[in-house]
Amino acid sequence: MAKLKISDLAKIRDRVHEQINLREDGAQVKITVHMGTCGIASGARDVLNAAMDELDKSGRTDIIITTSGCAGLCSQEPMITVERLNEEPIKYVFVDNAKMRQIFNRHAVEGEVQTQWALAKGSEQ
Amino acid sequence: MKRFRQHLLICGGTGCHAAGSADVRTALQNEIKKQGLADEVAVVETGCNGFCAMGPVAVVYPGGTFYVSLTIDDVPELVQEHFLKGRPVERLMYKEPASKDIIPDMKDIPFFAHQQLIALRNRGLLDAESIDEYIARDGYRALAKALTEMSPQDIVNEVKKSGLRGRGGGGFPTGLKWEFCQRTPGEIKYVLCNADEGDPGAFMDRSILEADPHSVIEGMTIAAKAIGAHHGFVYCRAEYPLAIERLKLAIEKATEYGLLGDNILDTGFSFNLQIYQGAGAFVCGEETALMRSIEGKRGMPRPRPPFPAVKGLYDKPTVLNNVETWANVAPIIIKGGDWYASIGTAGSKGTKVFALTGHVNNIGLVEVPMGTSLRTIIYDIGGGMPKKHRKFKAVQLGGPSGGCVPEQYLDLPCDYEEIIKAGAIMGSGGMIVMDDSTCMVDMARFFMEFVQDESCGKCTPCREGTRRMLQILEKICEGRGEMSDLDLLEELAAMIKDSALCGLGQTGPNPVLSTLRYFRDEYVAHIVDKKCPARTCVNLIEFRVDEALCKKCGQCFKACPVGAISWEKKQPAKIDLTKCIKCKTCIENCKFDAIV
Repeated sequence: MAKLKISDLAKIRDRVHEQINLREDGAQVKITVHMGTCGIASGARDVLNAAMDELDKSGRTDIIITTSGCAGLCSQEPMITVERLNEEPIKYVFVDNAKMRQIFNRHAVEGEVQTQWALAKGSEQ
Repeated sequence: MKRFRQHLLICGGTGCHAAGSADVRTALQNEIKKQGLADEVAVVETGCNGFCAMGPVAVVYPGGTFYVSLTIDDVPELVQEHFLKGRPVERLMYKEPASKDIIPDMKDIPFFAHQQLIALRNRGLLDAESIDEYIARDGYRALAKALTEMSPQDIVNEVKKSGLRGRGGGGFPTGLKWEFCQRTPGEIKYVLCNADEGDPGAFMDRSILEADPHSVIEGMTIAAKAIGAHHGFVYCRAEYPLAIERLKLAIEKATEYGLLGDNILDTGFSFNLQIYQGAGAFVCGEETALMRSIEGKRGMPRPRPPFPAVKGLYDKPTVLNNVETWANVAPIIIKGGDWYASIGTAGSKGTKVFALTGHVNNIGLVEVPMGTSLRTIIYDIGGGMPKKHRKFKAVQLGGPSGGCVPEQYLDLPCDYEEIIKAGAIMGSGGMIVMDDSTCMVDMARFFMEFVQDESCGKCTPCREGTRRMLQILEKICEGRGEMSDLDLLEELAAMIKDSALCGLGQTGPNPVLSTLRYFRDEYVAHIVDKKCPARTCVNLIEFRVDEALCKKCGQCFKACPVGAISWEKKQPAKIDLTKCIKCKTCIENCKFDAIV
């Protein structure tokens, strides 16, 4: 490792911050992949990998991807929930690799709900 | 660059290590691999996050789910449920001791919610062995600013403005100390870090070095620029192997990155840092003794003046601050002295780290703004007394140099001046909570024994005086005390305070004086009634069951290790004194104080 200059300090900060930022609050978008047994059996892992891949490509540090258990509608898995800050959470059903990529870029990033695959607004109370 | 979906931050401080966190971490890594999640979930070992009583502890991000008391057996369930299926495991979460409610989020747990972190800002949040993660959390930005945008005088002014005072105990204004040293002419000057933390029950400095060693390095380098020094030492006791290992690694990394050594950040400024391991003598926490020890001589204090800022290590101008003080410097340079001075009280600015221990539920490290009341620290953050039938009696502040503070001062705002008014000192921040099963005479005896043991022997008042005081206290605890002994204790204490050479002797009698001030009746009970009200001093206990108090529950009978107690259902217990070994197990197990 060469000796750092002042400008290198900022470069390291930006690069590493991207990796550890999810330890802080301040996420703008949260994508939850429902990974109950039913979800995993119907391909949720592939969906999750697609989401992680898109996240990497986007370089966004304010989007977090997390998993949760079965959302209750086992027959329509894989399901995901996309929550943008201050907006209603949207649940999508029958998600696959390609749909996940489109939802990520159109909805999570640009804010346009992909109604053709959406199941419902809001969360169960 | 690899991004992970979830981060599990497991504590690798000494407390959690002792509780088995290293094995749990290995088991976690293996299980995560086995479940095929090695590319998705990162396991990071951090330094102490303060909640030592509950170790091993871990936090999962995003979300901040907080897990406590993890064991290897919990690992498969935790990984499958939380990481594979995304269902946090309630069984392993923190439960509020009083209500037994489960609290999943770290930020909602009262222990954390009442704290404000400056010196401990990075605790539990970063890999203590990664310089990159420190930089990512604004590390070395203060150094860059100090080296390029600020003159030495600017740095001193900012620290003076902040009102930061030495966190090692004395409370001397840090900026002023730097200014004295800056104004002393000299080609060679030194910057030292006192990491010789010796107070029984204090572990804040160890924890900072283990969790965030770069914050200390950065603070020291900024001071080096301010006073014009190019060499520094961290004096750390050899009993802190993990702290030394992490600090050593941090110094290596910082040197590799050009943040230590010659021509730092290409600015032309040079500063070299070395670790000096002390053998663990308490007196070496005293600044002049510490410097002699680094010089290779026997660690003994010398009279001041001249003060170290004029004539310190190798007779050169020297600035010495303790670990916690150094950890406060970088945030002051980034956010400004005014920001720091806006926290705390009129005379004591910023925050203070306390090592909370003793008869309290949440043993651990606590950082709160100056002026926070003892009640908030002990009850809201500490969670109160663990034994329901026991009452709060006193809290010992400042270790062997401090004093005890009784219940009527629980609303005392903790700052340097108020604590002195109550008869104790801030010290380095040791806070030992005692319930009513603690004998205050015995407690004073314990601290006097410590001081007597650690006295270096150079000056007569400390060497001989503390020995005489200890002998008198032992006599009282054994039931051979006389009332005139109390006057003698006070007289000796006053003389030692006036005439001892260094802080060790000057403050050594404090625990005796403060217990005499608040708990004189307990001394009188030992001397006149030949009774120890807290039933600690073995010679003053009869080991007899008071039948009026005995609830006939049989707990003492079950607990007695030598079968000296006889008991039958619905009958009071009886102790056979010919078999009794006076181990006090029965007293500890009786909830009704029926054994007198």
